Amino acid sequence: MTTPALHVKDLRKTYGNGVEALKGVSLTVQPGDFFALLGPNGAGKSTLIGILSSLVNASSGEAEVFGVSIHKNRSAAMQLIGLVPQEINFNQFEKPFDICVNQAGFYGIGRVEAAIRAEKYLKELRLWDKAHHQARMLSGGMKRRLMIARAMMNEPKLLILDEPTAGVDIEIRRSMWQFVSGINAAGTTVILTTHYLEEAEQLCRNIAIIDHGRIVQNTSMKSLLSTLDVETFVLDAVTIPAALPELPGVVLRRIDDHTLEAEMSRSHDLNSLFSALSSHGVTVTSMRNKANRLEELFVRLVENGRETAA
Amino acid sequence: MSTSTNLVALGTIVRREITRIARIWTQTLIPPAITMTLYFVIFGKLIGSRIGVMHGFTYMQYIVPGLVMMSIITNSYGNISSSFFGAKFGRFVEEMLVSPMPNWVILLGYVTGAVVRGVVVGALVLVIALFFTDLHVAHPIITILSVILGATVFSLAGFVNAVFAKKFDDIALVPTFVLTPLTYLGGVFYSVDLLGEPWRTISMVNPILYMVNAFRFGVLGVSDVQIGTAFIVMLVFVAGLSAVALRLLSRGVGLRS
Repeated sequence: MTTPALHVKDLRKTYGNGVEALKGVSLTVQPGDFFALLGPNGAGKSTLIGILSSLVNASSGEAEVFGVSIHKNRSAAMQLIGLVPQEINFNQFEKPFDICVNQAGFYGIGRVEAAIRAEKYLKELRLWDKAHHQARMLSGGMKRRLMIARAMMNEPKLLILDEPTAGVDIEIRRSMWQFVSGINAAGTTVILTTHYLEEAEQLCRNIAIIDHGRIVQNTSMKSLLSTLDVETFVLDAVTIPAALPELPGVVLRRIDDHTLEAEMSRSHDLNSLFSALSSHGVTVTSMRNKANRLEELFVRLVENGRETAA
Repeated sequence: MSTSTNLVALGTIVRREITRIARIWTQTLIPPAITMTLYFVIFGKLIGSRIGVMHGFTYMQYIVPGLVMMSIITNSYGNISSSFFGAKFGRFVEEMLVSPMPNWVILLGYVTGAVVRGVVVGALVLVIALFFTDLHVAHPIITILSVILGATVFSLAGFVNAVFAKKFDDIALVPTFVLTPLTYLGGVFYSVDLLGEPWRTISMVNPILYMVNAFRFGVLGVSDVQIGTAFIVMLVFVAGLSAVALRLLSRGVGLRS
């Protein structure tokens, strides 16, 4: 049996002010996985990541990285992890090259090897031309890429990315995902938290949704998405008549003179929808999903959890 | 981590600290040199010439070791408290906390950096002193040991201060309300033999008195306290403060949630 990349069992954390951030989280991530850890703000994601990276002390429970206990053998466990935190946390007055080389040094990697790795990862993340400028001069996207380069310095077996694309423009976000996908393809297990659910859907193979300190869903992305039985489409049309056709299994809503929403079962065919609309004089010019599929599921799961808790 | 990887990590922190000291040399090296030059001119030359001989030395010669030790103490303390608190404030202390480095390496790295600053500033002040008076080091080994131990004691104290500090004001409080009074009352400018009771006995509980006198004994060969006692006091403080600092790091006080 393969040793999991991450095995978390009944992890609990109660802060000094009495806030119970984790209420018995159990989770397993297999080696080589690209794993999404999603949840609304304050759900417990950052606390969980904090415990895994040893920045937060767990109140109880166990966490193992590739079979190494974070609590019993912190030093060995930390050798296996690379962390890209949510907040910028490097010395802004240092240079990216020095930040990377120093980080390698903290892991006991000599300066010659560290310099080679720093050049490699700064180049791969398109930061080499800024390598010897003060880090405070970098743009927001560059700072986030620098934190990825820094996290790669110990060439971790498990890379944890805590909202790494927050506030980053689409082009840089795509280049970051290209890099991380490459790292994952080369064998590094990746755990990602993000509020951009579209990228979680595209990149991750497995997913856990955490809310109020509990895992409310933990499955493969494919099986989670297959549970989505209703989709909403937004249709742009030349004109929308006042009276809309009635179609079994489809709820039509007129948004304005040129926009229509159609909520329908995933099994429902689109041809009958278009035929009915056409017979009522509606000429559809374009069509798109109203929301990302994962986003719909995410909202539903979190809302269900809240109703249950209430 | 193995011994060799720990040494690499230690060297990384020390190098980073020395780079920081060099990068902001106008804040780390020049101000103490200017302050001490003023002390030499005002207390040594202008006022000292009217005071006369103390323990067989001119007043200028007598205060030089005290002023050098004062520079070492304040600079090693200031270096570690501002550097480590700055790392906490800027959150880049997390770079070390998420690494496999043991706590003692973090502590030793920062203390070494602070001792280096103390020694460099001390050497600078000593060189400036040579423009005002002649000095011949009586006991070189005692001089070196007292410098290193004195700087280590206050580096450790500064580290503990930085761990507890929540804002920049917190690292200024101790130097202002504790360190400066203790330094001024620690025999930098006078011999405690000049004090009557109970002030002489009260002065004996001031650890800075032992550091100043150990260094003065090393340079001039005279001291208000037994040299053995002075070294025992410094070693006890090093051991005690090291234990406190390591305990704080182990519990993650002010660092881990």
